[in-house]
Amino acid sequence: MEYVPVIGLEVHAQLQTESKIFCGCSTRFGQAPNVNTCPVCLGMPGVLPVLNKRVVDYTLMMGLATHCRIAAESVFARKNYFYPDLPKGYQISQYERPICEKGWVEIPVEGERRKIRITRIHMEEDAGKLVHEGRGGAASLVDLNRAGVPLMEIVSEPDIRSPEEARAYMQTLRDIVVYLGICDGNMEEGSLRCDANISVMPAGSEIFGTRTEIKNMNSFRYLSQALEYEIQRQTEVLEDGGRIIQETRLFDSAKGVTVSMRGKEEAHDYRYFPEPDLVPIRIDPEWLDRIRAGIPELRNEKITRYAQDLGLPEYDAEVLTAEPGTARFFEDILAHGVEPKKASNWVMGEYARLLKDKGTEAASISPEQVAEVIRMVDASTVSVSGAKQVFEEVFLTGKDPGAIVREKGLAQVSDEGAIEEEIRAILEANPQQVQQYRDGQEKVLGYFIGQVMKATKGRANPRLVNEILRKMLKGR
Amino acid sequence: MSLYYETIHSLHEKLREGTVTSTMITQSVLDRIREVDEKVHCYLTLTEEAALEAAGQSDERFRKGDVSGPLDGIPLGIKDIFLTEGVRTTAGSRILENFVPPFDGTPVSRLKKAGAVITGKLNMDEFAMGSSNENSGYFPTFNPWDRALVPGGSSGGSAAAVAAGEAIATLGTDTGGSIRQPASHCGVVGLKPTYGRVSRYGVIAFASSLDQVGPLTRDVRDCAIVLKAIAGHDPADSTSARVPVPDYPSLLTGDISGMKIGLPEEYFPEGLDPEVEAPVRKAAEALAKRGASLVSVSLPSTRYAVATYYIIAPAEASSNLARYDGVKYGVRLSDPGGLLEMYRQTRSKGFGPEVKRRIMLGTFALSAGYYDAYYGKAQRVRTLIRREFEEVFSRVDLLLSPSSPTPAFPLGDRLEDPLRMYMCDMFTIPANIAGVAAVSLPCGLTPGNLPVGVQLIGPAFREEILLNAAYAYEGERGEFPKCSL
Repeated sequence: MEYVPVIGLEVHAQLQTESKIFCGCSTRFGQAPNVNTCPVCLGMPGVLPVLNKRVVDYTLMMGLATHCRIAAESVFARKNYFYPDLPKGYQISQYERPICEKGWVEIPVEGERRKIRITRIHMEEDAGKLVHEGRGGAASLVDLNRAGVPLMEIVSEPDIRSPEEARAYMQTLRDIVVYLGICDGNMEEGSLRCDANISVMPAGSEIFGTRTEIKNMNSFRYLSQALEYEIQRQTEVLEDGGRIIQETRLFDSAKGVTVSMRGKEEAHDYRYFPEPDLVPIRIDPEWLDRIRAGIPELRNEKITRYAQDLGLPEYDAEVLTAEPGTARFFEDILAHGVEPKKASNWVMGEYARLLKDKGTEAASISPEQVAEVIRMVDASTVSVSGAKQVFEEVFLTGKDPGAIVREKGLAQVSDEGAIEEEIRAILEANPQQVQQYRDGQEKVLGYFIGQVMKATKGRANPRLVNEILRKMLKGR
Repeated sequence: MSLYYETIHSLHEKLREGTVTSTMITQSVLDRIREVDEKVHCYLTLTEEAALEAAGQSDERFRKGDVSGPLDGIPLGIKDIFLTEGVRTTAGSRILENFVPPFDGTPVSRLKKAGAVITGKLNMDEFAMGSSNENSGYFPTFNPWDRALVPGGSSGGSAAAVAAGEAIATLGTDTGGSIRQPASHCGVVGLKPTYGRVSRYGVIAFASSLDQVGPLTRDVRDCAIVLKAIAGHDPADSTSARVPVPDYPSLLTGDISGMKIGLPEEYFPEGLDPEVEAPVRKAAEALAKRGASLVSVSLPSTRYAVATYYIIAPAEASSNLARYDGVKYGVRLSDPGGLLEMYRQTRSKGFGPEVKRRIMLGTFALSAGYYDAYYGKAQRVRTLIRREFEEVFSRVDLLLSPSSPTPAFPLGDRLEDPLRMYMCDMFTIPANIAGVAAVSLPCGLTPGNLPVGVQLIGPAFREEILLNAAYAYEGERGEFPKCSL
């Protein structure tokens, strides 16, 4: 019997606000423990939360970008449980009346676009971190820098039908939050987190099987691996006549398996109730309009535009838009009147290579300067290889391309007369090779070109050299 | 009369005239504390040195003519539920025995900014849960009128201190009657402002949607002075109201002609203690003599108020008290048994029995399968009660009732019967549920020489109407005797 997986993903995105969600503490990552704290996020007696409006702005952007229905009035709720990284003994989250509901995104699946529905999006505060010390966890240290950092939780309907789709969905969500500028989308650092609910059912069935929850998948690769493994595991259990136990399982990345947390977990009753210390948020149409006006062109829109309007291949469009910074850079080059495919080649080629080798901080080349380099190639002012040299120099120093051409003497010799002179000299000096060529050995041409380039220190226009060489060889 | 028994406004006159100094007043109060506190146990923490220093600074301001206002230089006691920077704050609980806050809560900082002198922290029922001050984790407070009796609670220390001269006025909190009921038992004025009138930031939370901060004073004018100093929007409290603060003291005209005062029949039940009913009805007549008309009204949902309260308050408390877990501050009782054992030891030993009772009640009311039947239902009934008040205030200006069904009762009398203890608050709870303002005024003495309080309830954010009627009554009643301590 063939089994089909049914997957729903719960994604948490850390929002890139300056301050935490309910107090003014900094959200900056990587500080000494408990430096970014105040009485409010420490959960001291007598403190009260005050909502950071930017958190709502960012969540509204996400809701609009994913076609959600935005609540006219939304409330916060307390999720009650005890753990040392949760200072108040409850997390302020949302339960009934979340801010966004019933949206969707489209994901690419085998050349087609499939709609994955979003059940809800809501806001909540993050908990702190525990650092376990000593053998066998002799002591635990509590770092509350992260307590109160704003999170956006996105829950999908169980519409996902394969690990590939799950990955595409995660990638799509990541693209949206990164393009909106609300989250840096880093799964390895934990600013984008993902838990999965997964079950399998016989192909053609409409009744979902018992699901398990999978946690601790902190990269796209681990997400695929974990889901593959779990599908396999559940299928085998059912084929052996067993039943799936509803439980939470952790992904063990070292072994590539999911492990049951049974025995450590009891069913949590979070005793949700509306947060009495916060008033309901009212979202009026004017607020939504302002948010809507501020939403930039998203990745999938750019890909479509690049392909349809700019005539770029889909591959180019996808590479150029993988990060919004690259896309912006590319578009800024176009603004200086460069052909899209040429700009694309340079960005995907030399620019990408240098970014990787030298690092993003080293990049000092402006879009205008890239456009100038391209123009110089078009005008045959430099050869392509000369242009690459110029490009790298501008990248590292930010100096004017024209100045670099002059300084390094990279100006291409395109004076036909001068080239003829050089070629004549070389042909005269190499009568044997001339004869070889005329006898049919085409390869000798390469030798002559090499000689010309050497004589001109690489500055002769290769196209012209080739043309004139052939002409002169044929001619005499 | 000794300085420690004077009012804020009479002392302010003298300070302006230069016939007394803040240091003299403060010393008078501190001496009084030394003289009587071992008999009544109002204070948990005394801050003598800091008080005298603040008094000295006030005196300097008076010398320069740089006075902050009517509270400048006046010694006030603060219920130990308010966070005071550098001064131990316990909420009457052993679990915070060693907690020293790093900041002042808003009500305290506003009083300090007004130049008030803080004498110390006052005893209370643990985490504000109680009606007798017997639930304090430290010791009970005795009623200065009769030390075999309770002062009421949870602001028992605050009320007793004003009655005994151990502070000129005090600050308390009222969640179900915790200012008004002890004020009634101790013969002082106690006001619960409208919910949201005064900031709750820096006030240890019991029930977030019910807690309110308010003054306990010797007379209505003092009450208006303190309310003006502490009221007003606070950005640190999202539930504090953006409603302008009237100049309450200047609105005390005493003119209440044409005012309609409703007497709700549910607050004068069959079997109400005649020792309470008689002085309360006399108070109503006094108001009528000043030009108000008395109207009989009915608030049928009153009978659900106590039950509603005892679901909502414990539910919110069970969540608010979850932070006392021994991890970050306060007491930690460790056992090498791991996290769960640490939680158990700390909370079992750190909390008293009434607190544990309410945490369990509240946890149950919020738990899966019971939420709708209890918490959900209670919130819906709450809306009905609130609407009933709104409706009655469209027909009358104020309501009048007894503050408490009985005068002060003996220590130990109701400790074994929590439900009987809860009924102490039957007349005060509805105002908290509806979020409206209410004040208790001393209106008479029982034959046994115990104070009886009359309660006036007014519409939301109209404390000026409430206080003016109280002021008119006070004028008609005349001087109220002091306790004999």
